[in-house]
Amino acid sequence: MQSFVSSLVSVAFHGLAYGMILYVISVGLSVTMGLMGFVNLAHGVFAMAGGYVMLTAMNRYDVPFLLALSIAFVSVAAASILLERLLYARLYTAGDLEQVLLTIGLIFMAVAVARLIYGTLQQPVHLPAYLKGQFSLLGRDFPAYRVFLIAFSAVLVAALWFGVERTRWGAKVRATVDNRPMAQAIGINTSRLFTITFALGSGLAALGGGLGADITAIQPTYPFEHLVYFLIVVAIGGLGSLRGPFVAALLIGVSDTACKYWVPQFGAFFIYAATIALLLWRPAGLFGKA
Amino acid sequence: MISPAHAAGYVSDPRMRPIEWLPWVIAVICYFAAPSYLPLGSFILIMILFALSLDLILGYAGIITLGHAAYFGFGAYVSGILAARVTADPLIGLVVAAFAAGLLGWLTGMVILRTRALTLLMLTLAITSICFEVANKATKWTGGADGLGGFAIKPILGLFKFDLFNKTAYIYCLVFLFLGWWLVRRLIYSPFGASLTGVRENVVRMYAVGAPVYQRLVIVYTISAALAGIAGALLTHSTQFVGLKVLSFEFSGDLLVMLILGGVGRIYGAFVGPVVYLVAQDSLAKQFPEYWYFGIGLMLVLVVMFARGGILGILDVLLSRFRRGKR
Repeated sequence: MQSFVSSLVSVAFHGLAYGMILYVISVGLSVTMGLMGFVNLAHGVFAMAGGYVMLTAMNRYDVPFLLALSIAFVSVAAASILLERLLYARLYTAGDLEQVLLTIGLIFMAVAVARLIYGTLQQPVHLPAYLKGQFSLLGRDFPAYRVFLIAFSAVLVAALWFGVERTRWGAKVRATVDNRPMAQAIGINTSRLFTITFALGSGLAALGGGLGADITAIQPTYPFEHLVYFLIVVAIGGLGSLRGPFVAALLIGVSDTACKYWVPQFGAFFIYAATIALLLWRPAGLFGKA
Repeated sequence: MISPAHAAGYVSDPRMRPIEWLPWVIAVICYFAAPSYLPLGSFILIMILFALSLDLILGYAGIITLGHAAYFGFGAYVSGILAARVTADPLIGLVVAAFAAGLLGWLTGMVILRTRALTLLMLTLAITSICFEVANKATKWTGGADGLGGFAIKPILGLFKFDLFNKTAYIYCLVFLFLGWWLVRRLIYSPFGASLTGVRENVVRMYAVGAPVYQRLVIVYTISAALAGIAGALLTHSTQFVGLKVLSFEFSGDLLVMLILGGVGRIYGAFVGPVVYLVAQDSLAKQFPEYWYFGIGLMLVLVVMFARGGILGILDVLLSRFRRGKR
């Protein structure tokens, strides 16, 4: 009994950490999908890029962890502005197929570049000393890194929620998600809003990739490997909201960890089956508007 | 998406144009002219059939899928397991694989076609991933990561033995590609094909005229899955081996790239794409494997940005310019 409880706590804890990472990465995808209707399969590329930038800064130039993380955020967000202006913006009005093809093309290129620069092996993660130990709470020990990860993501989520629900920029985003032509008609510069939101979403993905580098290994196949999970979060959570993907990400994080802990021989089978069942019941996701 | 000028279909003349015999003439010439390339040739023929099946749902019905390998792989494994355990007769294997893949296509199609866009895409990925997981874990039946081999396919009709040089396999694949092509061509030029194009171009209007959109999509998805299953079985029979790769996401991706390269929504795009892609891959990919995928990605971006019709689309533009210049 005692061991069952402790494994239950352990699964819930690790699942929560994984779910938080999933959320930080996928929330940008959900918002860009809701805002611009853009099927951006290359979202994982930004997460991978964030991970590589952070690890390179830390391993090669001895940059401290938090500074490296912010460098990853800023550089990936800046690069994504360039991509958005050059490529994405031209395809906002195109069909889904064009958007899918463009972003798959970007994945192929990113994977090839990552392999050329870093090789096929996963990047080593050297955590700073203050994140290495254990953190005890209620008589149990938790790895400090994951505690930090959960706390950091929670702060991020709160900041994001405040930004979207309480600021002028957030009001514009919500207005544009609801009705783009009307938002444009009352003088919101939607194309600039798209660029900023896209950059923010990509930056968050980079943060997620960097933060989660110890959980989701940074290697060239990253954008392919985790693509299904990001898409599941967005599809179950519904488009363009903050709350939906949050619940979906936590659900998936915990149940995926539980499945891998108790029935490893089935792999990710249950997650996929549950996703299909859920979408049969509610095709627009748990919180989506049908 | 695809301009009406390019879209062959119900409105255009369904009679065979002379140039449509060209691929078959070339295929027969290749059989005699390049005997050492027949293994590659058989694979190209199989991929053409597979690309045709994808073209039917992607190009004509507008269903965007990233998991078409599920049906190809399912057909390949079904015929492989059948050959290893029940009977190694190729034609029985082909029929069973077609039915099995069609059944899987019907069941999954009923689920995924209720959704749209991103969700649909995700479900196609998820279904392929499930198939992959099952094939990977059920080692007793599928051989898992080692692949399924060790069976010998019997001669076709008891007459034509599969040889080392793939001579029989090449003809075998060519015959079934021809049948598949004939079926797809008939479908496209039929009223059914016209209704698919209607769904692709304007689904709201199709609902408005009372067309049974969902049923049509499920039917075409099932047909396409069965064709993909046949292609998979052809691969099993010609190589006498099934590897996990046939169920992978990369395989679906490669197929999509081939079709895009040739030209989506046009029957011969599915012919040109695999030929160009696989011949280029055969010579380039071994020397520069990393640059190869970078090049593929770059090509996809360029096609989307500048040449939506693929190779055949570019040819169309050049031809029409040439004709205008003459006048």
